[in-house]
Amino acid sequence: MHVTINPDICVGAGQCVLAAEDVFDQDDDGIVVLLDADPGAAQHKAAHRAASLCPARAITVTDDA
Amino acid sequence: MTSLRVVIVGASIGGVSCAEALRAEGFGGAITVLGDEAAPPYNRPPLSKQVLTGDWSGDEAQILPTSDLAALDVELRLGVRATGLDVRARRIELDRGDSIQYDTLVIATGVRPRKLAGVRRLPGVHELRTLDDAADLRGALGEGTRVVVVGSGILGSEIAAAATKLGSEVVLIGRSDRLRLGQVGDRLSDRLAALHRRGGVRVISGSDVEAVLGDDRVEAVALADGTTLPADVVVTAVGCLPAVEWLASSGLDIADGVICDEHGLAAAGVYAVGDVAAWRDESTGVARRAEHQLNAIEQAQAVALTIASGKPSARPLPFFWSELFGARIQAYGTFASGGPLTLVAGDDSTGTAADRFVAESLAPDGTSVGVVGWNSPRDFRTARARVGSIPASSPPELVGTSKGSLS
Repeated sequence: MHVTINPDICVGAGQCVLAAEDVFDQDDDGIVVLLDADPGAAQHKAAHRAASLCPARAITVTDDA
Repeated sequence: MTSLRVVIVGASIGGVSCAEALRAEGFGGAITVLGDEAAPPYNRPPLSKQVLTGDWSGDEAQILPTSDLAALDVELRLGVRATGLDVRARRIELDRGDSIQYDTLVIATGVRPRKLAGVRRLPGVHELRTLDDAADLRGALGEGTRVVVVGSGILGSEIAAAATKLGSEVVLIGRSDRLRLGQVGDRLSDRLAALHRRGGVRVISGSDVEAVLGDDRVEAVALADGTTLPADVVVTAVGCLPAVEWLASSGLDIADGVICDEHGLAAAGVYAVGDVAAWRDESTGVARRAEHQLNAIEQAQAVALTIASGKPSARPLPFFWSELFGARIQAYGTFASGGPLTLVAGDDSTGTAADRFVAESLAPDGTSVGVVGWNSPRDFRTARARVGSIPASSPPELVGTSKGSLS
């Protein structure tokens, strides 16, 4: 799994951190920070949930082929 | 029970999220999404923010590349309007005279702007709901343009702030004495009014618009008290009505949007999500609509899970955000049963856009029912967890209205 973020469109809702705190964090302005671009299997479900709950759709999760 | 064909009416965030979530939950049947606009699905929150100020192009508001939906084997039909519904025959009538059958229907038709009585649709009179509306309004705003924004809600405030940023001279008129901010209600009214004044917006509260004046295009706005305000541009932002006209003869309860149970079910095989949907609250029994982006996403995901697996999931709490004069404002919770805001973190003492604080609203029994974050996304995120619980600590300090005007 590979995770990418687009901080330019992030609205700082913090949904991603609530869903997957080992993969995402927020900076002091609330903007998304990627902690782990290639999370392990234990994080896959949470990372997908984070992407689907982002109101700005600033997170893209690509599953390995 | 397998659902062979899901038809989703509405191609905005609720409809698109539902289609994606159905596939994520393993739904293997056919999915068709109908949208009445020609533009590919787009997010609405940026329309009154980045798109209106010109910081973003319209394309940047797009929800996803339409190829992503094709990759999920979701059929997207744009420029098609649903005109009728036969619940018994499970058939949707379309504006082109044809119809489409479904096994499960998801209604996600959203809302449309309420028209203001007395306001003629002269050139120069705008509203803001669609991407086209945003482009039209953006083109009309500029240095020295005299703009009258009608509406004391968050949309009116965002439009006023964006127009000011573009150099326009803005008057914000509200029928109410108080400015409102989503589900937070009028608890931040004084602070918002101060933001507008500092930003150069003239705020006229408690005033009714009598008429829009002008021959070939708008020239002025006449207020009920006799005041006349010269205007090059008038924007009405006086709330929305659910887009349910096409359901008039369906037999569904459309008293205020589509009335649903606590899991979004409106009738056998019919669900509703997003702005148009009034889900019954489990604790109060009252069905209520919520016009928020994240509410639409979470309802869409809950309904998708129900359709795909038969498992109903919990009703989401409303979250919403705004940006005014550089202040990033977030709110979470329902607030309805809560009191005034009390400070829980940070400092609200300057009353300016630059403050950083978190405040919450408590029910009479001390339960936190809503949290507001002002430039404090990290503290806000932590405070969200308090909603629905009684704080264990001593009662928080009351925010003074003399300095912070947080009322």
